[in-house]
Amino acid sequence: MTYFSHSRLPEPRIAASVATSTNSHLKIDAVTKNFGSQSVLMGVTLSVAKGGTTAIVGPSGSGKTTLLRLIAGFEHPDTGRISLSGSQVAGEGDWVPAHKRNVGYVAQDGGLFPHLSVGQNISFGLDAGKLPGGHRRVKVRVAELLRMVSLDPEMAKRRPHQLSGGQQQRVALARALAREPELMLLDEPFSALDAGLRVATRRAVGKVLQDAGITTILVTHDQGEALSFADQVAVMRGGRLAQIGNPFIVYTRPADRATAEFLGDAVILDAWMEGSLATCSLGGIPVRRPPAQGRVQLMLRPEQIRIAEDGPIRGVVVDTDYFGPETTVRLKLSVPPILGKATAADHRYHGGGEIITIRHWNASIARPGAELCLRVVGEAVAFPMEDLPSTSPAGTPGTGLS
Amino acid sequence: MDLIFRARVGELLLNTVLLMLVTVPACVILGVGGAWLVERTRLRGHKWWAVLLAAPLAIPAFVNSYAWVSAVPSLAGLWSGVLIATLSYFPLVYIPAAATLSRLDPAIEQSAASLGLGAWRTFFRVVIPQLRIAVTGGALLVSLHLLAEYGAFAMIRFDTFTTAIMVQYQSTFNGPAGNMLASVLVFMCLILLLVEVRGRGNSRYARIGSGAQARPLRLPLRAYQLPAQLFLVALTALAFGLPLTFVLRWIFAGGPDSWAADEFLPALLQTLAYGLAGALATTAVAFPMAYLAVRHPGWFSKALELSNYITSSMPGIVVGLAFVTISINAAPNLYQTSALLISAYVLLFLPRALVTIRSGLAQAPKELDEAAQALGKPPLLAFLRVTLRLTAPAAAGGAALVFLAIVNELTATLLLSPNGTRTLATEFWSKSSEIDYAGAAPYALLMILISAPMTYLLFQQSKKAAGQ
Ligand SMILES: Nc1ncnc2c1ncn2[C@@H]1O[C@H](COP(=O)(O)OP(=O)(O)O)[C@@H](O)[C@H]1O
Ligand SMILES: [Mg+2]
Repeated sequence: MTYFSHSRLPEPRIAASVATSTNSHLKIDAVTKNFGSQSVLMGVTLSVAKGGTTAIVGPSGSGKTTLLRLIAGFEHPDTGRISLSGSQVAGEGDWVPAHKRNVGYVAQDGGLFPHLSVGQNISFGLDAGKLPGGHRRVKVRVAELLRMVSLDPEMAKRRPHQLSGGQQQRVALARALAREPELMLLDEPFSALDAGLRVATRRAVGKVLQDAGITTILVTHDQGEALSFADQVAVMRGGRLAQIGNPFIVYTRPADRATAEFLGDAVILDAWMEGSLATCSLGGIPVRRPPAQGRVQLMLRPEQIRIAEDGPIRGVVVDTDYFGPETTVRLKLSVPPILGKATAADHRYHGGGEIITIRHWNASIARPGAELCLRVVGEAVAFPMEDLPSTSPAGTPGTGLS
Repeated sequence: MDLIFRARVGELLLNTVLLMLVTVPACVILGVGGAWLVERTRLRGHKWWAVLLAAPLAIPAFVNSYAWVSAVPSLAGLWSGVLIATLSYFPLVYIPAAATLSRLDPAIEQSAASLGLGAWRTFFRVVIPQLRIAVTGGALLVSLHLLAEYGAFAMIRFDTFTTAIMVQYQSTFNGPAGNMLASVLVFMCLILLLVEVRGRGNSRYARIGSGAQARPLRLPLRAYQLPAQLFLVALTALAFGLPLTFVLRWIFAGGPDSWAADEFLPALLQTLAYGLAGALATTAVAFPMAYLAVRHPGWFSKALELSNYITSSMPGIVVGLAFVTISINAAPNLYQTSALLISAYVLLFLPRALVTIRSGLAQAPKELDEAAQALGKPPLLAFLRVTLRLTAPAAAGGAALVFLAIVNELTATLLLSPNGTRTLATEFWSKSSEIDYAGAAPYALLMILISAPMTYLLFQQSKKAAGQ
């Protein structure tokens, strides 16, 4: 796996678990794409290992579909190169058309041919003349593929409109699998399904692809889906890849604040960095590779802040939201006692009074007005002060920025 | 001469304007009223009435005129023109209005009701505005037909620009007077187009949101059931029953003699041949244009569409005259060839094919084409097996509509057809001009029989197009 840092950031703070570039299946090198005057991709570099699963995640409009269509061969890149299994398919005058790339593609709505039956859809890419056994072999193969995606082979006779959304997605996958592609591109294939079906279909599809050893790229705007599906996550924003890494790393050590907030809820506090210790309203918190000294922004995941009877930090419950399995608790932090004595008048620290949002499983302990004791586990991530985001999402109000 | 001519133009202008001022509102009232009864009330047998109200479209206006002259020989002048034109053309408003009404989401009306509007106020403030596109479109079609119609008005000796141009053309071949009259006609068509663009407005009335749509609400008619039924019976009797009856009466009066096979069969075959050739040529020209407009929208495809929109609104007589003038001056050996006539048909009827093919192409998104390529099919094969295959039904529908139009085309055919050409329409025309009404009847009946299934197709298609 590779790590790509935002250009404004200093050198990587995270040890990149580097994949050897020799066995990379797909290489995208500095690819740009404009539509008219609009720059949709602005220099995308990505390498995908053979047999690996990569999720490209980003807000809608960030250029994910465009990137996928470039890989599939539906669009030409303006500059940059794309190569598959070591041979260049696009860029610098090279061009291999879509039908010769042997790349499977499953679109958001499945894209089944409405005029063909399910069986005919699946066998569309199979050439009866070239298969040993001809038409009978095709029939067997269609049944095999339907079983592979956990559908009844009897369904081959149905028409696409007689299937549910989830079934259509599976047929689309079976159709793409029929030609045994080495690379499978999935463009938000689960977003049209409702929540329960989405998880089940995602698991089933993931398993089929993994068992077949097919290199997979999944495009999604759902961070949970990206983190759970892939062994490499690429975060896309505004036509660039903001970060690439394994799911654990991009979630716990995001490269910048926007990535942090896109991948999940984040608690962000002003802090003072000295050495590798950051001081803030939650006390002194270790940071592995501080990007700067002095004033920084500190990012913690809500689940790192635990309610504990012997916790050193105090917060007063402002309000709560009950979600069933867990409760979101908004807390107003008080100045921690250790800091209160020693550094109350310290010019370096302006903390105290921030409102943070955490989660807890027990709704009954968090009544508005109650004082809770908190403890922080693990390390925090620090961002330099100038790395201000343009928007502040609702999940992290009152971070003391103003 | 000049003074006489100017007075003549003034008279024609007055005739044409009066004709439109009375006929267009009459068609709108009959069309919208009929559509409302059929789609929005508990009218008994509304399914049958829905088809019957579209049926007059299967009777060419000049056949309608012929039947009315047979029924009331003294018919002549403006009011006869209004009567025949209204009965012939009100389905042009009825069909789009009915399609729109049947598609209107009842949820919109229910929300209007929940906002405190009564049934009538809901109708006028919510339903009528949504009919605007359908009604202005239909009214434009009626007006263009009124400007273009030759046979129906010539039969009752009512002079419009088109009939006057035809007379000029036949007496003083290609005289400047004819061209001058034609330019006034062109000018009037352009004004109509502008008015229509204005009247249509910019609002979109597409249904927002997803999910299956509920069926439209129907108002109980109660005491009005009988008057409504009587009104519809009278309307269909006048617009459809009367012409059909008189055509059949002439056929019985003429006996088997009027079916002289040596005259009749060539006319039928030639009509079918021209219809097929014209329909194929028009579809072949329309497909790339529609493809360009849907898949690669840009200034070029827009310009192409606009110019096509304008030429297509030109009456057959203008296109015919233009083709005559150009071919005589620039390509004399093309003059009065079937190739020239077919190109005139293409130009006249292109939009009918374009509209249907465009909506068909919209059913075949380019993503499907790409899916086929990702499955290993080269671009051309992917296009043939997916896009072309999915568009084929729409293209066939468009071709059928063009075919129908060609079968009933009279003016351009009279002007441009090669010597010795006899189509059903021209043969009908020459016989009825010689007051051989019995001889003309079989041709009229055949035109009606060929038109009937096409009219039904058009009716079905309008419902489907509105449903998307
Ligand atoms: N064919 C196209 N023509 C013009 N603009 C396009 C085209 N395809 C995509 N775009 C633009 O590129 C941007 C990124 O689109 P897309 O790649 O579909 O984003 P995503 O899949 O991340 O939502 C959008 O602003 C979109 O409007
Ligand atoms: Mg997309």
